[in-house]
Amino acid sequence: MNELQQALQPVLAMRSDLAGILGLSLLVSGVAVIVAMLLGVPAGITLGLRRFPGRQLLVTLVNTGMGLPPVVVGLVVFLLLARSGPFGALELLYTPWAMIVAQVIIATPLVIGITLAAVQGLDPRVHLQILSLGASGPQHYWKIVREARLSLVAALAAGFGSIISEVGAVMMVGGNIRGQTRVMTTAIVLETRQGNFALAVALGVLLLVLAALFNWLFTWVQQRSRA
Amino acid sequence: MSLLRVTDLVVRAEGRTLLDLPLLEVGAGEILVVLGPTGAGKSTLLRVMGCLQRADGGSLAWRGEQVPWPAPLALRRRMAMVFQAPLLFSGTVFDNVAYGLRLRGERGSALRGKVEAALTQFHIAQLAGQRAATLSGGEAQRAALARAVVLEPELLLLDEPLASLDAPIRERLRDELRQVMRARGMSCVYVTHELPEAFTLADRIAVLAGGRLLQVGKPEEVFYAPNQRAVAEFLRAGNLLPAEVLSMAGGLATVRIAGRTLTAMSAFAAGSRALACIHPEEVQIARAPGAAGDWFDATVLAVTDRGPTLRVDLDCGFPLRALVTRRAARELALRAGARVAVALAPGSVHLIPGDGA
Repeated sequence: MNELQQALQPVLAMRSDLAGILGLSLLVSGVAVIVAMLLGVPAGITLGLRRFPGRQLLVTLVNTGMGLPPVVVGLVVFLLLARSGPFGALELLYTPWAMIVAQVIIATPLVIGITLAAVQGLDPRVHLQILSLGASGPQHYWKIVREARLSLVAALAAGFGSIISEVGAVMMVGGNIRGQTRVMTTAIVLETRQGNFALAVALGVLLLVLAALFNWLFTWVQQRSRA
Repeated sequence: MSLLRVTDLVVRAEGRTLLDLPLLEVGAGEILVVLGPTGAGKSTLLRVMGCLQRADGGSLAWRGEQVPWPAPLALRRRMAMVFQAPLLFSGTVFDNVAYGLRLRGERGSALRGKVEAALTQFHIAQLAGQRAATLSGGEAQRAALARAVVLEPELLLLDEPLASLDAPIRERLRDELRQVMRARGMSCVYVTHELPEAFTLADRIAVLAGGRLLQVGKPEEVFYAPNQRAVAEFLRAGNLLPAEVLSMAGGLATVRIAGRTLTAMSAFAAGSRALACIHPEEVQIARAPGAAGDWFDATVLAVTDRGPTLRVDLDCGFPLRALVTRRAARELALRAGARVAVALAPGSVHLIPGDGA
């Protein structure tokens, strides 16, 4: 028991900080994944349903975007938001907003790609069936969302998983400022660099538990909607 | 005025012409069956009629009014379509049948009443609360039909809706479908490659092959008077024999087939060559020639058991195929090598253009 207390001591010592870090991690990644879903799901459905010039190029870009290195995203967002960059006047660099922007850019291609695959995986006659029963354009889109919802939950899980565990981009554009932009992953990097391995490991375990918890939640929602 | 008319319709895909139809009309309250082999362009035609696919050429008119592309939602909502696969959505059977009504803003007891009536009509009321994914093939197709019929469309488009079902279920559902369509007075375009379905349901039959309309007419006309070899072959006319028209008198043609003289009910110029189309079930077989009609001797070449009927291959100087009941075959003691008399009534021989080449 004493050994467990000893192991948790560093975590308990920074528990006031920890709540803030945990809260900010969830807030930043939560907002980012919601924005990514709002952008990615309609874009994925449109790419899946419509045929237009340049579609192939867009699909290629999406597929490339699914493997974007977060640190490159961080660099691009940094350059865009830096004082001398085109959006420097907004003064978003080293704020949670910059972190959200970077995470949206990482998660959106994943959401689009998975949605696109889900829409293309539906029997093409399902679309005709929906339209032939009198669906308008928006009603058609909504029905596709409903029919492909299992895959959309997977898109949500993949998007959230890719950004809650990401460090390169948030470190670059957030700056890991204590009480302002420090999240779980950047805190782990910091504690490791400072030689606080026990604390880094404890934070790592906490991050894993968090990720597992959300994945369990997503799986539960997915399986429930299947029933 | 027709309900729906397609004129000079052309549909192409990847450099190939899938459809090329000069004119096809669906009358109000009519069941038009589009009959043809796989790859004839039947489903493409149905999608164009349902305003779900754009044609490359030609026009579509609804009650005389030209239909633009994309078709207005209000027009699309006057039609409903059922495919070969049920394509049921997730959710319950009730949800599926209610889907189109909900799209139209129907809610509450009015919606419930209509859905329950449609479920009852297709004998699946007890399945209302069941998840659609758990239905058997026949139940799922009933739900798909109820989902379309509940909308009371002015035009119902059915794309081989029974093709994937077992024969007994298919026959039962075919009869039920006919009752429902007649009871509701719906116009319908029914696509199939099955002859029994076509002849059970049709007011008119349009025969389609290779994207071209070969013949349109009442079932009797199409069956007994195919206008070309392709139609006769698809309708399994059975016997297509090269014939020479010897003379014409009073609407009856005297023809010669392999040295035998027969009478046919067709108008062809004397001296012209034609194909004599004789349905196997129209061939009469007896032990000895009867008093009336063109009787001639024949030898039985083979007797093939087809279940309810037997196929009899005969040599009458030319090959002739007949279909007889099991009882008739037993009474006539039909077997290979047996000598019989064969008769063909004038009405059973129909001439179509062609020289048998």
